[in-house]
Amino acid sequence: MQQFDYIRAVDLGDALQALGGGAKLLAGGTTLYDLMKLRIERPEQIVDINHLSELSYFDTSGDRELVFGALARMSDVAADPRLVRDYPAISESLWRAASQQLRNMASLGGNLLQRTRCPYFRGGEPYACNKRHPDSGCAAIEGLDRGQALLGASGACSAVYPGDLAAALVAFDAEVDVVGSQGARSIPVEELHREPGDTPHIETTLAPDEIIVRIRVPATPLGRGSTYLKVRDRESYAFALASAAVALVMDGEVVRDARIALGGLATRPWRVRAAERLLIGRRFDEDAARAAGEAALEGATPGRFNGFRIELGVRTVVDALTIARQRA
Amino acid sequence: MTGMVTLSQAQSQGATGRHSVTLTVNGAVHALSIDARTSLLDALREHIGLTGAKKGCDHGQCGACTVHVDGRRIVSCLTLAAQAQGHEVTTIEGLGGDDGALHPMQQAFIDHDALQCGYCTPGQIMSAVACVHEGHAGSLDDIREYMSGNLCRCGAYVGIVAAIEDAAVKMQG
Repeated sequence: MQQFDYIRAVDLGDALQALGGGAKLLAGGTTLYDLMKLRIERPEQIVDINHLSELSYFDTSGDRELVFGALARMSDVAADPRLVRDYPAISESLWRAASQQLRNMASLGGNLLQRTRCPYFRGGEPYACNKRHPDSGCAAIEGLDRGQALLGASGACSAVYPGDLAAALVAFDAEVDVVGSQGARSIPVEELHREPGDTPHIETTLAPDEIIVRIRVPATPLGRGSTYLKVRDRESYAFALASAAVALVMDGEVVRDARIALGGLATRPWRVRAAERLLIGRRFDEDAARAAGEAALEGATPGRFNGFRIELGVRTVVDALTIARQRA
Repeated sequence: MTGMVTLSQAQSQGATGRHSVTLTVNGAVHALSIDARTSLLDALREHIGLTGAKKGCDHGQCGACTVHVDGRRIVSCLTLAAQAQGHEVTTIEGLGGDDGALHPMQQAFIDHDALQCGYCTPGQIMSAVACVHEGHAGSLDDIREYMSGNLCRCGAYVGIVAAIEDAAVKMQG
């Protein structure tokens, strides 16, 4: 691991100053320290922001919105009674991620910015990776692509965005509040992550000196009838082969409102409004759910070994909608 | 914040890469001078001499290094030693009573034959104690879900789940 200087920030100004000087932010450390050990991340300076207590709170009691400080821990938020009852998709997206040890460490802001699990990215040399080294090529193209993205990939990169929480957040139109040297602004979570295009090393729309301080979710009746369904190679403690955050509001047997976002299948959190529109105003039944599932995977492009995840994704959406229907 | 580098100090010192870190482990205070890269796991094992927490994967995937920080279970391999300053660290060595008596979870692992090679056991037990305290040991499904961060290559899971189910009753009684 490269030598680095460790700094503890005592306030947000400290963190921003260090960030402007090229430091990497350390929150839970579960992504950064891991990738430093793999020599993928090589910061010369890291700034520990865990003591910025003003970012650790969260409040799910508001009538207009739920507010989560960027340093709220995944385990604490997952267990919040209001979230479990009124926004199960958000709670499930958290407790179905990682392990309880990692959830005790990992922050919500860090979770949104976690980096891909693509084995060619994490494997380092000798594998080519445009995300690690721009214009060096992509070893996944001729490689074992069982886990690569089916949606949003480019010729330069097919690395999956691995986060679960982000899929639930985009389904509910959440925003992040960020602060940087140019001031504060808000970004829809849906616009936080970029598709790789020709520049897969640029993963988000954040400026290099911006820090996520808060996540806000508009209060919505969609929360009650929601779920985050995650299909994995093993029952627990694994990244998604396919996942779906879905939410329904029903009027009798008719769908009044619907949200569908995919995880584990795309290069970024993948909201599918076309699939939602197929449901809204229609009677909910198996055929409607199947049509929505197929629409959600519209445009999915298989490689050599990952084609099975298209049908898996369709069925994940169908099963998630069935669960949401029972709750709505 | 003894030994901690603030932003202004770091700029005047330049990057030395070494830090004075004071860790409180099982109630004892240890003043260390360590490389900034040192994980909490390596600080425990290599600098303090507490070898109960084990290094399995060193990437947060196996749970063998699980310890408690302020009563919460974490993986010590993905925690910088410097991050643990100012917090109470508890390892398997600190779990038993002052008289050397085993913790009910340790005894339950023996009673239920919940190990073969034993390498993952300290991490399993630290995780299991936290699992009970969190209220995640109320059903076998809950135990399996909330213990999924601790892998056992010997496959002693049946005994591990039975031990936790048993110890949960004794810990709450």
